Amino acid sequence: MQKKMAYSFPDEVLEHVFSFIQSDKDRNAVSMVCKSWYDIERWCRRKIFVGNCYAVNPRIVIRRFPEVRSIELKGKPHFADFNLVPDGWGGYVFPWILEMARAYPWLEEIRLKRMVVTDESLELIAKSFKNFKVLVLFSCEGFSTDGLAAIAASCKNLRELDLRDSEVDDLSGHWLSHFPETYTSLVSLNISCLGSDEVSFSALERLVGRCPNLRTLLLNRAVPLDKIANILRRAPQLVEFGTGTYTAELRPDVFSYLAGAFSSCKELRSLSGFWEAVPAYIPAIYSVCSRLTSLNLSFATIQNPDLIKLVSLCPSLQRLLVLDYIEDSGLEALASSCKDLQELRVFPSDPFGVEPNVSLTEQGLVAISWGCPKLESVLYFCRQMSNAALVTIAQNRPNLTRFRLCIIDPKTVDYLTHEPLDVGFGAIVEHCKDLRRLSLSGLLTDRVFDYIGTYAKKLEMLSVAFAGDSDLGLHHVLSGCESLRKLEIRDCPFGDKALLANAAKLETMRSLWMSSCSVSFGACKLLGQKMPRLNVEVIDERGHPDSRPESCPVDKLYIYRSVAGPRVDMPPFVWTKDEDSSLRLS
Amino acid sequence: MKGSVAYENDLNLEATELRLGLPGTDEREEQTVSNVRNNKRPLQVADEECGANGKSNTQNETAPHAKAQIVGWPPIRSYRKNNFQPKKSECDGPGIYVKVSMDGAPYLRKIDLKVYTGYPELLRALENMFKFTLGEYSEREGYKGSDYAPTYEDKDGDWMLVGDVPWEMFITSCNRLRIMKGSEARGLGCGV
Repeated sequence: MQKKMAYSFPDEVLEHVFSFIQSDKDRNAVSMVCKSWYDIERWCRRKIFVGNCYAVNPRIVIRRFPEVRSIELKGKPHFADFNLVPDGWGGYVFPWILEMARAYPWLEEIRLKRMVVTDESLELIAKSFKNFKVLVLFSCEGFSTDGLAAIAASCKNLRELDLRDSEVDDLSGHWLSHFPETYTSLVSLNISCLGSDEVSFSALERLVGRCPNLRTLLLNRAVPLDKIANILRRAPQLVEFGTGTYTAELRPDVFSYLAGAFSSCKELRSLSGFWEAVPAYIPAIYSVCSRLTSLNLSFATIQNPDLIKLVSLCPSLQRLLVLDYIEDSGLEALASSCKDLQELRVFPSDPFGVEPNVSLTEQGLVAISWGCPKLESVLYFCRQMSNAALVTIAQNRPNLTRFRLCIIDPKTVDYLTHEPLDVGFGAIVEHCKDLRRLSLSGLLTDRVFDYIGTYAKKLEMLSVAFAGDSDLGLHHVLSGCESLRKLEIRDCPFGDKALLANAAKLETMRSLWMSSCSVSFGACKLLGQKMPRLNVEVIDERGHPDSRPESCPVDKLYIYRSVAGPRVDMPPFVWTKDEDSSLRLS
Repeated sequence: MKGSVAYENDLNLEATELRLGLPGTDEREEQTVSNVRNNKRPLQVADEECGANGKSNTQNETAPHAKAQIVGWPPIRSYRKNNFQPKKSECDGPGIYVKVSMDGAPYLRKIDLKVYTGYPELLRALENMFKFTLGEYSEREGYKGSDYAPTYEDKDGDWMLVGDVPWEMFITSCNRLRIMKGSEARGLGCGV
């Protein structure tokens, strides 16, 4: 007896329905329902996110998704931000651009994070994608202002150019002049990372003046304070603005012109920049403070009481980045004036000093946890902590989703009880049931990992340094944290046993990083052999691991799942189970 | 480092002293220059790379007022480290870090010129790093017998052949290194 398909939607109807489904997870789920849904979905997927550029290769992506308009790629592991990944490790975007130039002529958006981008890649982007709209280079490197000039000259429909935190070879500020006079579609420009002393101010002003849709403008340090007013007056519709170097001799005419320019920006909600800020010019922004939702003062050298006065004038603040100049007293003031605060990041002004240079302790964070009911994301550098404080924070703020605490001295104990901070962090994971990201510090034993494995069921990313006693610690995490995607570990006594016992877990994660731990090359080879869909890469600049005794652990280890097989662009200091080095580029 | 801290508190007479020596022959003079805060890449490179070379932990032991720095700790991005008044918090490693590129190689390296005592050591290290050999150096003909020539960009932005100037002068004026290949390399060697 044949079952007849009573309902059979035409493909176009299903496509239309799928167009409302934006999240990757949902799209992936849709594609698994049946073969025809898989087929329809793959033709209409427009946006791709690749969290590890080596987990897949461009051909595989293009074969499955032929009509992509937007792609996001991430390259180097997170610890590359702290110089733990040697230069030349990888993360080259060029092979992707090459393939996409052929396959996706209608590509509109490219977002890259921690990748190596060359001028050649930028030039290829500029000439291959006629409708190119968005380029975001987040913490990238390898390109110069020449590449940017190519983008500026060719991409007539460019909306967004965001170079945040990238390392750019600054050959000349004149690349800005390559935007033709007919170009008016800029919506977002972030050049805050550029060092160039020769930014062509007139080109910048003209560009800003002819782009009526400009919403975001983040300038670089080279733009002096007295040039800001003219730029703002040409773009009073700005929502997000980043100043350049915010210091100058106090001149009443300059001040009032600047203050006037700020006050005419009625849509301004976010401010940043403020390099070397001097207190004298801070009041110029007072008129916008009541509307500010985001404020980045993490490069501003102002201290209390000017700093406290400023944040107290911003009751709508949702996001604050600041240096520890704010001190406990400033955080207490923040806690009473900014009830909408969701994200707080406090950076150290003197990270390498031996003695504290400011009065910022765990008390400031505790005060915030009492006063800010919407707080969900914390990054906090300090020099002392107690279990009691962490327990209080956890109980006050069970809605925390991101908690990164960096106690500057490794293995610092609870300053009140001299005990490890296991109980404190245990309270965090126990109370904050939606915690997705956690960074640990201070003296920690295997016990804290037991708590994490037991309670942190939604945890996706964990960063560990100078912690734990034995393999048991790592085992607790790998066996208990069901949602774990990224694990990065440095300087911990974790070795072969936990790794091999939890090999299968590693295929459910994006990646695992371990440096200065106790993993042997033998275990790495074994893991690589047992798990063909894992790339097990040893990073060791001391030469082939076999040239050292068995007892000598590998320097760094990066393990990630992949359907693309071993990489073909490994540098000489990356070692895998494959002895055959002909796989390498010479 | 201790010497230069005391030195900053003095009247700084040495800075105004006229000298006939080549640049680089007085270490402390170079230290004060490098302490001036600026945007230029070399200073950032020096700071961000301090400790990135595993052995620089031992280099920092001379500083009584700052601890030996652990590589990549505390976990802050390099662009955050350079932004504040350079008190004792600046990197204490006196290393001179420069980028090294080689024509045809898909990656860059960074090295600390301070680690080497002279040209032979540096050149050997480069040969090992990029797996190639240089020819014999002579003042007149440059590097004969190989397709490669080591060059560097000096403070004036000019590209020079490595080995032409005295070592001390070289390490203080070198911005970055580039190992050229082929005819460009041979051209540089002859009659420069």
